[in-house]
Amino acid sequence: MITLGAVYMLAGLLFAAVSVLSAGDRANPRRIRNAAFWGLLAVSFLAGNRLGDFGNGLLVLALVGIGGIWGLGLGRPATTTAEERRVSATRRGNALFVPALVIPATALIGSFLLKPFAEPGQATLVSLALGVIAALAVAMPWLRPPPSAPLQEARRLFDSVGWATVLPQMLAALGAIFATSGVGDTVGRLMTAAIPLDSRFAAVAAYTVGMALFTLVMGNAFAAFPVMTAAIGLPLIVHKFGGDPAVMGAIGMLSGFCGTLMTPMAANFNIVPAALLELKDRNAVIKVQIPTGLWLLAANTVLMYALVFRR
Amino acid sequence: MLILSGIAIIVLGFSLRLNPLPVVALAAVATGLAAGHDLVQVIAAFGKAFNDNRFVTIPWLVLPVIGLLERYGLKEQAHRLVGRVRAATPGRLLLAYMVLRQIAAALGLTALGGHAQMVRPLIAPMAEGAAQEPSEEDRQTIRAYAASADNVGVFFGEDIFIAIGSVLLIKGFLEQNGIAVAPLDLSVWAIPTAFVALAVHGIRLLLLDRRLKRK
Repeated sequence: MITLGAVYMLAGLLFAAVSVLSAGDRANPRRIRNAAFWGLLAVSFLAGNRLGDFGNGLLVLALVGIGGIWGLGLGRPATTTAEERRVSATRRGNALFVPALVIPATALIGSFLLKPFAEPGQATLVSLALGVIAALAVAMPWLRPPPSAPLQEARRLFDSVGWATVLPQMLAALGAIFATSGVGDTVGRLMTAAIPLDSRFAAVAAYTVGMALFTLVMGNAFAAFPVMTAAIGLPLIVHKFGGDPAVMGAIGMLSGFCGTLMTPMAANFNIVPAALLELKDRNAVIKVQIPTGLWLLAANTVLMYALVFRR
Repeated sequence: MLILSGIAIIVLGFSLRLNPLPVVALAAVATGLAAGHDLVQVIAAFGKAFNDNRFVTIPWLVLPVIGLLERYGLKEQAHRLVGRVRAATPGRLLLAYMVLRQIAAALGLTALGGHAQMVRPLIAPMAEGAAQEPSEEDRQTIRAYAASADNVGVFFGEDIFIAIGSVLLIKGFLEQNGIAVAPLDLSVWAIPTAFVALAVHGIRLLLLDRRLKRK
């Protein structure tokens, strides 16, 4: 069985390198904070299973304190100038795309080949790590950069993403706390109690809009689906009004995805890209997606009403 | 009701645009305390959940490769390549990417794409390269749309594939409640929404071109 242990080790070493390089960057007045932040993340990936639950909790709080309250600085690793990049692009041309495409190609082939040997979902992550190694194996002998270049360039990108690097993982952890504390069931009960659902359309609309709203709050349609389906979908749409469970499930989940388009809680899709693309407004991606999300939610409601009772 | 205090903290924190890290940590602590645990238990539970979810952070492993290629002009080349195609506009280019992303996801190839691997180094510079002398504000808008094309493509494509996580979750949940559905039935009913998503966001991407031209 292939597990994520080796992949975590690789990530831990990467964060450790970023931390060490940050510590030596005199151009960054906050270099100690950066070194501490990436260093703690390295500890989490290298030794997280040996820290104990409370130890991990303290580590998270330290990350929050350094990255979220104290604030990280921006390192200045040595890199190329805009002019050098233009010259290099003209000289090397489309061959530059090859190493970049090695990653998804390896990830794709690997996730098929490794599937029988790995836990579900893990094959993709293991293959992604293999893809990164393969891409570096292609790029390094060809470009012949200084040996530290991949790590220094990674540091440049990690610093520009900053605290947002750990936000998706923190939100996933929050989701777990919400689940074990019964937050979902409480929200589901409140929603059903608040709306009279005596017509077919009211039940469908409450379900689709409820899925979207719940996803807005939780950041994840997977967390919303069991709660809303148990509260409205199954008792009303399926059992009371005789709707088709397959249509309800499929379009219900997609109504949740409309919510995902519109919430900062879905940090992986909405907040992280804003950081990666160096957008000044961290909600810029969400703002672009809100009209699409609302139109699609309306369309899903109409589609479900038209299709779920068709027989 | 006290159990919902975490949600209130999240909503308040995000709408005040506070840094999300302390907001999320505070929400977790408040929720755990409201559920009747003491502070040490809550910190331990949050630490365990953080450690269990480390796989979420793994995709960042691509940054050394992306950064290295950027050092040698990857973004500039993406920009240049598209600048030579006269028919290319930001909206058309992003529409083409969204269609490919949606089709690939419908075939189960969700790994093709993503913000760190595709959008930042390739798609966003290409879309900017297809614009005629965009202002800094236009560049910001184009990049935000580039991220949205990736999201809409993958969200409303992946459920057509029968072995994706969300389809298996729906099947599993219905099964627990005594209703058997085949994954294929669920996939089929994801198709109408996929077409609507393509139409709605596709039109909005093309409208982006008009908006950029007007200025």
